Amino acid sequence: MAMSEDTESANKPANPRGLPLQSGFAVEPADNRTGYRAFKAGSFGFRRDGYFAHITWPNGRHQLAVDVFLRALMRDVAWGFFYGTVNFDTVFGTTNYYGEVEMFAGATNESFIRSGTAFIERFKADELMRIFKEMIGDWTNQGYDPFAAPMETGAPWGTKNGDNDDAVGRKRVTAKRMVGLPGDTPLRSDASGYPVNRMFADVPQDEPDVYAEPGFEHEVSAYNLFAYLSRSDVTWNPSVCSVVKESLFCPTSEEFILPVEHGNDRPEWFVQLTDEIIWTTKDRDTGAFRAQVVCKAGDVCVMPADVRHQGFSDKRSMLLVWENGSPKIPELIRSGKAPNVPVTF
Amino acid sequence: MSEYSTQFGAIDAYERGGVSVIADSPKNYLFSNMFDVAARSQPYVRVAVAKNFEYVIEVARAEGTSGWFTCAHDEFVTCLDYSCEVHLVKLDDPDSVVDPESEGAHALAELPPGRKMGRIVLRRGHMALLPVGAAYRFEAASPATLMIQTIDGPVTAHKWAEFCQS
Repeated sequence: MAMSEDTESANKPANPRGLPLQSGFAVEPADNRTGYRAFKAGSFGFRRDGYFAHITWPNGRHQLAVDVFLRALMRDVAWGFFYGTVNFDTVFGTTNYYGEVEMFAGATNESFIRSGTAFIERFKADELMRIFKEMIGDWTNQGYDPFAAPMETGAPWGTKNGDNDDAVGRKRVTAKRMVGLPGDTPLRSDASGYPVNRMFADVPQDEPDVYAEPGFEHEVSAYNLFAYLSRSDVTWNPSVCSVVKESLFCPTSEEFILPVEHGNDRPEWFVQLTDEIIWTTKDRDTGAFRAQVVCKAGDVCVMPADVRHQGFSDKRSMLLVWENGSPKIPELIRSGKAPNVPVTF
Repeated sequence: MSEYSTQFGAIDAYERGGVSVIADSPKNYLFSNMFDVAARSQPYVRVAVAKNFEYVIEVARAEGTSGWFTCAHDEFVTCLDYSCEVHLVKLDDPDSVVDPESEGAHALAELPPGRKMGRIVLRRGHMALLPVGAAYRFEAASPATLMIQTIDGPVTAHKWAEFCQS
């Protein structure tokens, strides 16, 4: 669930639907009653009120509870549209073509597809991202953090009440080689503003015993990954912690519900490090239910490239998301040169 | 005292979840458990539990002293339950030991010339760099579970049917 910084292909983005790029964007003045701004991207319109985010498009409309919308929008922004499709719910979402993005209503919903009412437009990724960032900034009130678990933050409801730019502007952690190496992503500590989470108070904070010979201090290196994760201040937001070429270990701490149904464009592996997550999987293209996967500490499973998945974690848990960041994979899968499931037996 | 208790697993104490299908095959999820793999493996057999094109995650049962390994790229090892020690040696001429274009770990019949880099004692949740150009071996007084981020190579064992839910 984490993007490599160099994932965007230098080649022209794939455009399997042959859609033209939209270029019309607008930010409306703040509404007199609610205080929130409205936004336009292509033919899509976005408006929020006290409880809901409202989305419109020619001949269609949809609404989501605003907490659901903000948590999903936050991940789409933080992850740079991510790998494949980010379904905010069963109707609205985005699909990343790495440089360009499709935004859709109903494109991954069987009823919309059958009735021919799905609506899709295509945008340059950086232009749509600019609007999304303005939206998450304007629609997030003081005291509400869309990255946080519901029990750890305030409520998003009501009319415009300040902002929380520090929370929505967090930078995703992306180690270049390994957390803790000189010049790489630093360890977390109380002093650096990362206290141990209330649900991980029992996680040992000891560090490995490292005995480096003189001259090798920069390479004889280790750190406590579990302690590092116990101090994560966000949920469902993988950070790159170790890198072998395009193999990215992206562990994260999870509590409550993955805010999106993620329809990856490549197989995605989950390694459950502690506690338990229940995954629901659905058909990537239609949303039809396919399976329930219960992962306990030590369990490993893959999400095939043709499903969308959503996780549920009651007790905050540690999950290692393992990604292959190669930009070649989506086209290999689309062209049938790579399987949806990485191993058959 | 916290009201929450974090559930870890260990080679001698683990509980598996599983896949319940609605309209699918459990084999599509390649579901296994790392502690189960380690518990039922011989020491230092590096079993692939996850594979994504050329990349793999291997699980090994640490017990006693391993042979020496080396690799033409970085690898990372995480100890998942008990203690394991990693010994590192900087090879004088790593390209003569393994092809620098090769992928995955290679087992060495003997330790080539090099200089001691140091050692690391890992416990539950600790991750260590196994740097390119080094040889390394593991030591564990009692069984422990190792997870290794690497590339499919000559020592990677593929036993999917043995460990995955079908």
